[in-house]
Amino acid sequence: MWEYTDKVKEHFFNPHNVGEIEDADGIGEVGSLACGDALKLTFKLDENGKICDAKFKTFGCASAIATSSVLTDMIKGLTIEEAAKVTNKDIADYLGGLPEQKMHCSVMGREALEAAIENYRTGGRKKHELEGSVVCTCFGVTETEIEKVIRENNLTAVEQVTNYCKAGGGCGGCRGEIEKIIEKTQGALQVTGYGTRGEAVRQTAVPGKGCKLTNIQKIQMIQQTINEQIRPALRAHGGNIELIDVEGNKVIVAFRGMCAQCRLTEVTMKDVVEAKLREFVSEELFVEEDKDSAQQPHNHRG
Amino acid sequence: MKTIYFDNNATTKVAEEVFEEMKPLFCELYGNPSSMHTFGGQISRKIRQARERVAGLLGCEPSEIIFTSCGTESDNAAIKGTLAAVPNKRKIITTRVEHPAVLTVCRELGNYGYTVVELGVDKRGRLDLAELEEAIDDNTALVTIMYANNETGVVFPIDKVAELAAGRGVVFHTDAVQAIGKIPLNLAKSSIDLLSLSGHKLHAPKGVGVLYVRKGTRISPFMLGGHQEAGRRAGTENVPGIVGLGKACELAAENLEKENSKVKYLRDKLEGAMLEKCPDSRLNGDKDNRLPNTSNISFEYIEGEAILLMLDKYGICASSGSACTSGSLEPSHVLRAMGVPFTAAHGSIRFSLSRYSTEAEVDYTVEKMPGIVNRLRELSPFVAK
Repeated sequence: MWEYTDKVKEHFFNPHNVGEIEDADGIGEVGSLACGDALKLTFKLDENGKICDAKFKTFGCASAIATSSVLTDMIKGLTIEEAAKVTNKDIADYLGGLPEQKMHCSVMGREALEAAIENYRTGGRKKHELEGSVVCTCFGVTETEIEKVIRENNLTAVEQVTNYCKAGGGCGGCRGEIEKIIEKTQGALQVTGYGTRGEAVRQTAVPGKGCKLTNIQKIQMIQQTINEQIRPALRAHGGNIELIDVEGNKVIVAFRGMCAQCRLTEVTMKDVVEAKLREFVSEELFVEEDKDSAQQPHNHRG
Repeated sequence: MKTIYFDNNATTKVAEEVFEEMKPLFCELYGNPSSMHTFGGQISRKIRQARERVAGLLGCEPSEIIFTSCGTESDNAAIKGTLAAVPNKRKIITTRVEHPAVLTVCRELGNYGYTVVELGVDKRGRLDLAELEEAIDDNTALVTIMYANNETGVVFPIDKVAELAAGRGVVFHTDAVQAIGKIPLNLAKSSIDLLSLSGHKLHAPKGVGVLYVRKGTRISPFMLGGHQEAGRRAGTENVPGIVGLGKACELAAENLEKENSKVKYLRDKLEGAMLEKCPDSRLNGDKDNRLPNTSNISFEYIEGEAILLMLDKYGICASSGSACTSGSLEPSHVLRAMGVPFTAAHGSIRFSLSRYSTEAEVDYTVEKMPGIVNRLRELSPFVAK
């Protein structure tokens, strides 16, 4: 059961400002039935350019409904310029906080507000459009949006980004890209990588590197590195990799899926597979591809 | 406020008779069944009796019962134990609608070089046995397919599946956690090799489960460090849990038929009224081949978690396949495998009844539900006023 604050429960059971303003000055619609939540926000301005009325309609969970309700309360009395400054954090704070996995509801609130303001500024002509290139195709989240939640909430891990804007929460294929956006947005981080759950890994995670390994240990560590560090990156591109054999320091692997027919496999081999194995297992390893065992490429989507 | 508990596929109330039977085992009869003295030794008789009672419900030999700590442990042990015993075969066949205790284990094994085939289901959640037959080959180590689905209650034709596997010499495991105690089953007449069950789904306490291993089935031990359970599952026995499970199985065996017709009547009444009184609602899963206690209904244009919280306000406990309730962002893998549209999957509610459910509870829930659905639809941008 979610730990909702009393404020969240209050606004869920008795939401304020439900409905649609008929002759609204600004209309913002975000989300969809397929995504699991959607919000339609409408507002009206008075003669002084202040928001005098705001209403919402929301499909979604308790926190989505509560977020919409407080958003309409918060923007009443604000000018467009003031309203444009409302962040998702402001909304979450107003509710006394939201569970981490529900932060995306506050982001949806802010997005709907932005969309409504944009709609007003373009004289009702423009409906909300996605800004920047789409990173997460499952939930239609753009790079611009991801950068924004990272900056506004000081996020450092992929899992957090997923909690805040859903990106990466579907097939998981864009997690590598999100990781890069985090690094870019947060500047040069002292982080060497991210674990499978998105947590920052600040030092080599596999114990024993640098020590003399037995053959069995080496093979186990190679398999583990392939499973945890390499395969997720290849899966992002519809590919896969299988460990075929280890002979001394020679690691024999086979590419599967999209990778099997990709001309860039040699680059992938050196830059990804070999680099990761050297980083996590041993500097002495080198990798070869076993072309004989390459299967018929199957249609693999994440 | 009275609690109306319609979430019996999640867990059940411990039966009073079960609790009574367990009580002396905490402060009075607390001996270790492995001890040489009479005080401890008498406990091993209690365990033997429990083993016989479980075997009685399942229609198998007591020696084929291994007590574990839960259904998940039984599933893990069955799958990994079988693969370890047949190291030369590298393929597992399962379905897309399994409980995570099976599906996650299989997918993880996929990372270690196993080929994992996940069979699909049709719109009503049914398997295609021809597809299964085609998937079984000489490299197949294990077929693991659930008896009944925890979310929809859909029951697979497990005896036929078991026969198919047996005919090809492949070990067959079934996760029967939801089926045991709800529908009759007789292992003496079936080709099932391995079967998992969990105590707390049939009015025994949490923390005890069973793995049935047909005599002659090769399975590597999964807990080492003791001779308990004939060396196949080391560790001091959860004596009160095991004794409780024994009693629960005895009760289930005695009352199965009588209770089922009552539970089914209540379920059908609840389901029929919901579908009739709430427009744009639909049943998920095969109406016919289904557990008698489970009903999974989608309410379009509204979201499951919101419905659950509204029900909770009236003391009504149910569960949902919506994304929001799980903490993940995607709705139930079972409903998606059935091709239920996202829109309906997000608004799915599972009601699961038990022998303790009453007609008054059903009537109260039926009375409250339309109001909840209408209230949330008023808020939804997808419903025109």
